[in-house]
Amino acid sequence: MIPPTFDYAAPTTVDEAISALRDAGEDAKVIAGGQSLLPLLRMRFAAPSTLVDLGGVEELRHVREDGDTIVIGAMVTHARVLRDPLVNAHVPLLAQATSTVADRQIRHRGTFAGSLAHADPAGDLPAVALVLGASLEIAGPHGRRVVPASEFFVDYLESVVAPDEVLVAVRVPKQGSWVGRYEKFNRVAQGWALVGVAALVRRENGAIAEARVGLTNMGSTPLRARRAEAALAGADSPAAVGAAAARAADDTRPSDDLLAGADYRRHLAGVLTRRAVASLA
Amino acid sequence: MTRVSMKVDGVEYEDDVEPRTLLVHHLRESLGKVGTVVGCDTSNCGACTVLMTDPEGRKQGIKSCSVLAVQADGREITTIEGLAGPDRTLHPVQRAFHEAHGLQCGFCTPGMIMAAVDLLTENPDPTEAEIREGLEGNLCRCTGYQNIVRAVREASAEIRSAGGDAEPAPPSPRAGEAQTPDSGLPRQDVPDETIPQPVP
Ligand SMILES: Cc1cc2nc3c(=O)[nH]c(=O)nc-3n(C[C@H](O)[C@H](O)[C@H](O)COP(=O)(O)OP(=O)(O)OC[C@H]3O[C@@H](n4cnc5c(N)ncnc54)[C@H](O)[C@@H]3O)c2cc1C
Ligand code: FES
Ligand code: FES
Repeated sequence: MIPPTFDYAAPTTVDEAISALRDAGEDAKVIAGGQSLLPLLRMRFAAPSTLVDLGGVEELRHVREDGDTIVIGAMVTHARVLRDPLVNAHVPLLAQATSTVADRQIRHRGTFAGSLAHADPAGDLPAVALVLGASLEIAGPHGRRVVPASEFFVDYLESVVAPDEVLVAVRVPKQGSWVGRYEKFNRVAQGWALVGVAALVRRENGAIAEARVGLTNMGSTPLRARRAEAALAGADSPAAVGAAAARAADDTRPSDDLLAGADYRRHLAGVLTRRAVASLA
Repeated sequence: MTRVSMKVDGVEYEDDVEPRTLLVHHLRESLGKVGTVVGCDTSNCGACTVLMTDPEGRKQGIKSCSVLAVQADGREITTIEGLAGPDRTLHPVQRAFHEAHGLQCGFCTPGMIMAAVDLLTENPDPTEAEIREGLEGNLCRCTGYQNIVRAVREASAEIRSAGGDAEPAPPSPRAGEAQTPDSGLPRQDVPDETIPQPVP
């Protein structure tokens, strides 16, 4: 179908984008890669009054190193993340997880920041941003603020970004001695995750010293599997990892829908956590 | 209306478009590039795949149903109609689809070929698994994919043995004057019957 009518603004700086959002009022929306927004518009599930296109904002297209952090601009696409030398050298978990997102064409347009701003619980990258301890730089009419990923996701398709704000960059700490793996379970190529698990592990003397486990699609926001994380600390054998991973779904309330029942999702969370952590031995 | 300019299959076009116009509709209905088709409403099927430059000028496969025409302002686009060489020799991927029987009804073919060209540009010698993954954004309801994968392998071998790359040849400087859909119709010559009309 053809999207509903809207006005269009093509700012070239972040400040212009914020003014355009302010001028257009509550129903304006930012468009980045458009790979989530345009399907919604085509199906007429959304009807913004104005689209503010970030495509022409050059300052959002950079990846740079800032001490122990890699700063990824809001218009950096999934494809760029995959080939970027800084990302591959310092946050390889992000590159590996991004390779499981959608398909080549979508990855050429869709952005890392857009997948976070979209806050889809089935999106792969929110859980990855969570375990990496990323923080999000948001600009609005009253200046800039930085929000940790753990406080960014509010609910299904809802983040803390206000209608007159723009997410400008994602700050991702370097992994250093942590190793990571994203495991995604879906039924068909190009399918969304029924469940996904992002695991990040630091080892000492042959055992796991610390672990972080992020869950995709196990609730209305991405989650940390805190009980599994605690149980993984000190794990020094496949059996210990297996027992700890089995707790991945503790305290979660995954949805029960046509694609998968809640029990099945809980089972998958355990299996995928074990696979992800075991692959990091 | 918003003014956009883009180069499609070697020809510069300037048009006023409604911001909500999808790139695929602009290509088909304003520019007559009806080789590019629409197969779904959900951005899944890939039938509408064309190559478009990114801001750094890198040509990459995109789903033209999932890009607004205004977002393509200033970009360069190659559709299936601009893939053959200036003398109308088929691109190696087109030839391989023909020879390896990589199509049946042909509806997915324009998008499938453009996605294969995009893949081979980045990875000139993909394994079978890499071809299947590289084409995961394109659905075919006829072939079962076997012959599509075979065609891409054959095209890859042919391109490498000729020492070239998968990038489409630059269109001839006279593409703008050409009268065949293969190299782009001047705008005013878009035949009426290619423009969808509402059913009375
Ligand atoms: C067929 C298909 C399959 C897909 N499969 C997957 C998958 O397997 N895994 C996955 O994770 N994703 C998948 N996606 C989604 C894809 O990753 C999108 O690229 C991503 O969700 C959104 O990024 P975008 O840049 O396209 O955002 P847009 O579509 O442009 O925007 C999405 C939302 O975020 C807001 N937004 C975007 N950027 C900003 C910003 N800088 N500041 C403020 N608000 C902003 C927009 O206003 C909008 O509400 C798929 C998409 C399609 C069409
Ligand atoms: S028409 Fe199906 S993906 Fe574009
Ligand atoms: S040949 Fe018919 S859909 Fe592919």
